[in-house]
Formats: sequence, structure tokens, C-alpha cells
Amino acid sequence: MNAAVQVDDLTKRFGGTPALRGVNLAVAPGEILGLLGPNGAGKTTLVRILSTLDTADSGTARVYGYDLVRDAHQVRALIGLTGQFAAVDKDLSGLDNLEIIGRLLGLSRRDAKVRAAALLERFDLVEAGRKVAGGYSGGMRRRLDLAASLVGRPTVLYLDEPTTGLDPHSRAALWDTVRQMAYDGTTVLLTTQYMDEAEALADRLVLLDGGRITAEGTTAELCARVRGRTMRIRPVDPADLPTVAATLVAAGLTGGTVVADAGQYQVPVNSDEQVTAVVWAIAACGVALAGIDTGTPSLDEAFLRLTQSEASLVAAGSEVSR
Amino acid sequence: MTATVNSPAVLASRPPVVVPASAPPLGLGTAVRHALVMASRNLRKLRGDPGQLLDATVMPIVFTLAFVYVFGGAIAGDTGSYIEYFMPGIMALTVTIVSRTTGVGLAVDFGTGIVDRFRSLPVARSAVLAGRIISDAVRMTIAQFVILAFAVLIGFRVHTGPLELLAAIGLLVGFGVALSCVSAVIGLTARSLPTVDTIATLWMVPLQFGSSMFVPVETMPGWLQAFVKVNPMTLVVDACRGLLSGGEVAGPALGASIWIVGAVAVFGPIAVLRYRVKR
Repeated sequence: MNAAVQVDDLTKRFGGTPALRGVNLAVAPGEILGLLGPNGAGKTTLVRILSTLDTADSGTARVYGYDLVRDAHQVRALIGLTGQFAAVDKDLSGLDNLEIIGRLLGLSRRDAKVRAAALLERFDLVEAGRKVAGGYSGGMRRRLDLAASLVGRPTVLYLDEPTTGLDPHSRAALWDTVRQMAYDGTTVLLTTQYMDEAEALADRLVLLDGGRITAEGTTAELCARVRGRTMRIRPVDPADLPTVAATLVAAGLTGGTVVADAGQYQVPVNSDEQVTAVVWAIAACGVALAGIDTGTPSLDEAFLRLTQSEASLVAAGSEVSR
Repeated sequence: MTATVNSPAVLASRPPVVVPASAPPLGLGTAVRHALVMASRNLRKLRGDPGQLLDATVMPIVFTLAFVYVFGGAIAGDTGSYIEYFMPGIMALTVTIVSRTTGVGLAVDFGTGIVDRFRSLPVARSAVLAGRIISDAVRMTIAQFVILAFAVLIGFRVHTGPLELLAAIGLLVGFGVALSCVSAVIGLTARSLPTVDTIATLWMVPLQFGSSMFVPVETMPGWLQAFVKVNPMTLVVDACRGLLSGGEVAGPALGASIWIVGAVAVFGPIAVLRYRVKR
């Protein structure tokens, strides 16, 4: 099967800083691909290149076989883009915003109006349709922005962090829309920093870090790559942390770290036997405990472990409550 | 999580994906249509924010009142004869003021990210720039009629005919388009919106004041007269005086036209280049 979006060895530098260092990617028709990555990973750069807004330094990318550079016009006829910042005209009404895009895409005045009205209805903006978009709430503006990217019935839709800054209700509504569109055959490339969003929507995930793809697979596959669990032991008196550490090392449980800020010791465990061994060892050394728990890696943790350096992992790990 | 699209059952039940047909190529006709749609977009904004029309309506009226009634007597002896002298000047001044919008409007569009939306659509690359200049030319034309109506109200009369009047407005708007090209370059080059606004206003001050717009050239020192006489503003204003009140037209009109064509030929392509590279 031919890919809807095919990316081969794409590189891009801004000044001296590499933003993309050889990205390879294929999105199947009708698939929702989640593109995950920390800030500065190159997600937006990739989306901008795939939207013909920027050109790569080397490598090629195609949308349904059309080259991004040579056949840019054909590519633009196939894609829809919703960027990180809602790109709507504040001084125009919601209706006018959509109608103008319809007119630009070659619809007659009448058809553009009909299409605009249908999209307003779909995105629950009928009442606000005649008011200027400048007065819309953040959620309404996002919905209008998404509606604007759908006027041309795109075959491939890029959603660049579409729910950043939205309330839970608006997020859920947007997720439903994206699911419906994918079901109807639209290919979706979704960038997000929210693991729950990726988990809820994406058929497949790609992790982009430092301009490279560092991992790829379904949610289950990515979580499985980060095997094992983490045990967290919190003594009543943080001064006992070195004792805890020494006890566990003596018991053969290595690889642990002291997280001084959280007053806890973290140690990776790979089996139920090891969990039991930790409990026995701590009980035997007589340190008074305020808490002890075991966490299975969530997609959050998988993401952190697969993308971040050891130092930031420990810092972030103390915030992960599970 | 609830049932998601990830499940194989849902994936298998999706309708088959249809490979899209290719889009028709962009021709000149389409490019013109896109520019007109973009111009109508800019003009529709006046409905949402009518304040954007103040620079083309209220501002020239205020200037007229100030100049005619404050300076008029001192400059021309009485306000009535100054109105006659000054009107072509204020008409040209109006065009310069409105030309600022070209640069400011482009900078605003880039700032909001809407240009990215247009660029990601199968829309002619020229549409945003051309549409901007067209809509500003429309605003300039509206402004001419507003200020003329007001001038007639306070005693100004056209002593020639309607054809001459239309020719004057045509020349003024042509001059405005040339100024808009410069304004566009400023809007696409300067870093921030306030900077665009300042530069787009400032660069015209020598043209505005170093001209025959407000006062007769004869009272100026010789070195200044040398500048004033080649200033396109002077040429445009003098041509309009000829067209509205009678007097020489051909000489200044020819000079003004050369300036207009030259400015468009130089700054038009620069604006296009700036638009292409600006992100």
C-alpha cells in the first residue's frame, strides 16, 4: 500500500542548529499517527515542512506521491493544517472566516456560504457565527481554526498540538471530531505533548527527540519497551536514605537513585520476587517508613525514558504520581 | 480510555480510502480571482472594526479644518482662497496616510499566523500581497470622495469637469499604489508591528512637508526648492491643482507618472521577494 505521507531522510537546520537530523516516516492512508516529542524536538518544523511552509535542506517528502517542493500546489490541495496558534481573522465573523477560505478554494459565493454554515454547525459555532472571532473564547477560536482547515475537505490533516490550552470538555469534543474524520478516511498527523491525547487518538506513535525519531510503535509496544516497574521507598527521616540505599545494594537490588527533593529512594524492579525482596530487606534494616509504592510505567514514563536524559528523568520522575 | 480508533476491529471497519484526484493548475485568471477575494477579506474587516476607516475619513477632515482655519488666513490671506489651494494637497496627504495600512496590515497578517494558513492552501502566492494593495487602493478611493464631499461643504468647488476630477483621483490613487509598494516592503522587513507603523509613517514626512502641498514653493530657500520641485508629492499635487482648478497639467502629470511607474517597478518586485522569504 502506498503511504499517504512518506518522509525520507529529511534534514533541516536553522542557522547552525539542526532541527531535523534525518527523519524517516510513513503514514498510511486513513491512519492517525501521533507525533510525540518534548519542546524543541522538531515536531513543528516537520509539520511546517510537510505543509509546504518551509523547505527541507535535504531529503524528500511526498503526500500521495506528490513531491513537497516540485508539486507543492498539488500537495496544498490535499492537506489541511491546524497550527499551534489559532490562525483566524479576529476582525472577521466566524462565517466570513470560513466563507473567504471557501472562495479562495474556488467555491462559488453560494457554495462557500453553505459550506461555512455546515462547518459552523458541526463545530457548535452557529450562534457565534455572525460575531467577530476576536470576541471568541480560546476553545471557540480553536474550533473555528479547525473548521477553517476542513473547508477544502483535506485528505491529509496536520494537527499541531490542537488541544493546547483547551478545557477538558472542548478537548473531548475535538477528539471526537478527529476520530470521526479518521473513520471517514482522513489521514491525520497529530503532534502533541499530552500522552492521554496520543493514547486516546493515535493508531501508532512516533517519538521525535532532538530532530530524530527515537521510537515508533503502538502505545502498548512503547510501554513494553520500558520494561519493569519502579519502587519508591520514603523513610520517615530523610537522613535514613543512605541506609536504605546501602541495604538494597547489599540485597542485590542495584540501579537505584536517591531523589533528595522527594525524600525518597527509587529502584527499578523486574519481577514480583524483586518487589518482595525489597520489602524484606527494608523490614530487616529497621528504618521507619512513611511510604512505599510500586509504579508500572505509563505512556508518560515510557515517553520520558525514551526521550530524556537520565538527569531530567529523575527530576521528572518525582512528579509522576502513580 | 474509552473505545478508541486503535482497535483492529474499528480499523477493519473503516470505509476504503479513496486516492484523491489532482488539482487544476493555477492560471493568471485564478491568481486575479484570489487577489480579489483577499481584497474583499480586507474590506470586510471594516465591518467588524469600522475604526479602521478613521484614517481615510476623519483624519483628513481634521487636517483640513486645522489647516484651512488655523493657517489658511496667514498663508493665503483668507480661508476661502486657501481652500482652493489646499484641497489637492489634502487629497494627496490622505493617500499617503492610507498607504501606511499596506505595511501595517501585512505585518498584522504575518503576526497572527493567518498567512501560514493561506500559504498552506492551493492559493496563488501573490494573493495576500496583491489583495492588500487592491483593498488599500479601494480605501484610498473612498477617502477621496469623503474628503471631496467635505471640501464642497466648506466652500471648495471643482472649476473644471467630471473627467478632470476622475483623472485627478486616478492619479492620486496611482500615486497611492506606488506608496503602498514601499509601505509593503517596510511591513515585510521591519521586525515588529510598532516599528512598521513608525517607519511607514516617518519615511513620508520629507515628501509631505518638502512639497507644494501646504504652502507655495516660492517662499522656501533655494536648496529646498530644488528638492521640492522634483518631489513626486509636489508633482502629484500640482497636477491635481491643474486638473481641479485649471492651469498646467501635462508637465507635473508626466513627472508624477514617471515617479509612480518607477517606484512600482522597483519596490513591487522587492515586496514580492520579501514576501517570499518572510516566515
